[in-house]
Amino acid sequence: MATSKAALLLQARGVTKSFGDLEILKGIDLDVRQGQVVALIGASGSGKTTFLRCINLLEEYERGEIRLDGEQIGYRVESRERRRLSEAQVSAQRARIGMVFQSFNLFPHMSAEQNVMLGLTKVRGKPKVEAQEIARHWLDRVGLADRRDHYPYQLSGGQQQRVAIARAVAMEPRLLLFDEVTSALDPELVAEVLAVMQDLARSGMTMLLVSHEMLFVRQVADHVVFMDGGVVAQAGAPAEVFERPATPRLRQFLGRFHGILTGAG
Amino acid sequence: MLNYNFNWSVIWRNWDAFLDALLLGLGMAVLSLLVGCIIGLLVAYARLAQNRVLQWAAWAYVELIRNTPLLLLVFMCYFGLPELGIRFLDKVESFVLTLSLYAGAYMAEVFRAGLSSIPRQYVEAAKAIGMRPWQRQRWVVLPVMFRITLPSLSNNLISLFKDTSLAAAIAVPELTFTARQVNANTFRVMEAWLTATALYLVTCYAIALALRAVERRYASIR
Repeated sequence: MATSKAALLLQARGVTKSFGDLEILKGIDLDVRQGQVVALIGASGSGKTTFLRCINLLEEYERGEIRLDGEQIGYRVESRERRRLSEAQVSAQRARIGMVFQSFNLFPHMSAEQNVMLGLTKVRGKPKVEAQEIARHWLDRVGLADRRDHYPYQLSGGQQQRVAIARAVAMEPRLLLFDEVTSALDPELVAEVLAVMQDLARSGMTMLLVSHEMLFVRQVADHVVFMDGGVVAQAGAPAEVFERPATPRLRQFLGRFHGILTGAG
Repeated sequence: MLNYNFNWSVIWRNWDAFLDALLLGLGMAVLSLLVGCIIGLLVAYARLAQNRVLQWAAWAYVELIRNTPLLLLVFMCYFGLPELGIRFLDKVESFVLTLSLYAGAYMAEVFRAGLSSIPRQYVEAAKAIGMRPWQRQRWVVLPVMFRITLPSLSNNLISLFKDTSLAAAIAVPELTFTARQVNANTFRVMEAWLTATALYLVTCYAIALALRAVERRYASIR
């Protein structure tokens, strides 16, 4: 578990984002330190996923800044004017941030192993043999050594999601983003994916996750951020956020998970 | 008709001509499909581009070709281009050029539909591992589109092979032209045309079977 003394990895300040007239993010501030597991919670529509997607520029943010290792993501400021980086520069930044999606998004024309290898060979420029070795290592680590030649359509949702995690983590990202990665899974498949994530968290991977798995968040996260209406309404250690909700909105939100959370102790 | 006496010996005597004609037709069809795929891909990207001029040019090309009879295009290319000073094309080259442009317009529509049908999620996954725009196209979008459009590709190859019969109009020695030659030289009407028919039929069916095997090989998407 990372302490507050660990180096600052991700720093977001005043991030805003609108879709047309609808302001989704109204100025988000967030810090993630190296080795930390930070969870974004909140009702749907509160902007969690949009914020996550701004971090690797799958969505463009409008004002504010997001910095990874001190380097601003997506834009540079030149004589007070904000300019978008080139696609090549943005791609290089994205390569340092891994992402796992709600709907897995495995490349459908590739086996599990090829899915993991693609970024290693094409983005990292690793020789095929080395990429294969790395892919096999990670597929083994997520418990899919015997499924590496299977295509996505031959795998269950839980298995596909574990391949997707292997694909992201094999790139050795500085930060790993998880966007509601268990929401599309059948209930009996959720545990296998959460187990892999817990394993990664223990190994010191820096993780930022959007999740509705409150028990998991409570057990694994170092820092919990409650988002409401496009702003950070409360943030702190899990015990603090879950046991001393400062606003009626957070109390109401947590109330829905009451049975689960009291079970967690 | 009942009095017609079949004499197949003229066919055996001209068998080599028939086979050469068949291979020429197949060759022209395959070449046109390949060139047509390249044209079609470029035109499909142009139609989906941000640039209005590109969009319009691609649209105009597709509509011009699709709303004009192929035979007319064949004549325009063979008789018209030399008038404009383009004289280096022989009959076969001229026909392959026409058929390629024709295939290009149809493949452009196939590829446009294919490109539009690729789920955004695959592209996002490719972005997320840091792939550059052309890498995303090369390793994710195009391979997926190829698998989606494979059945249309087979149908187009069969159509193009049948369309090579129009080359007879400019005396390219393909199957239809050869059948007419044999007919004219030997007066064996039924034998000549039945042979050509059978060769077209068998070849088209064989193409369909072969490409269905290819489709099964690449069936990993569903």
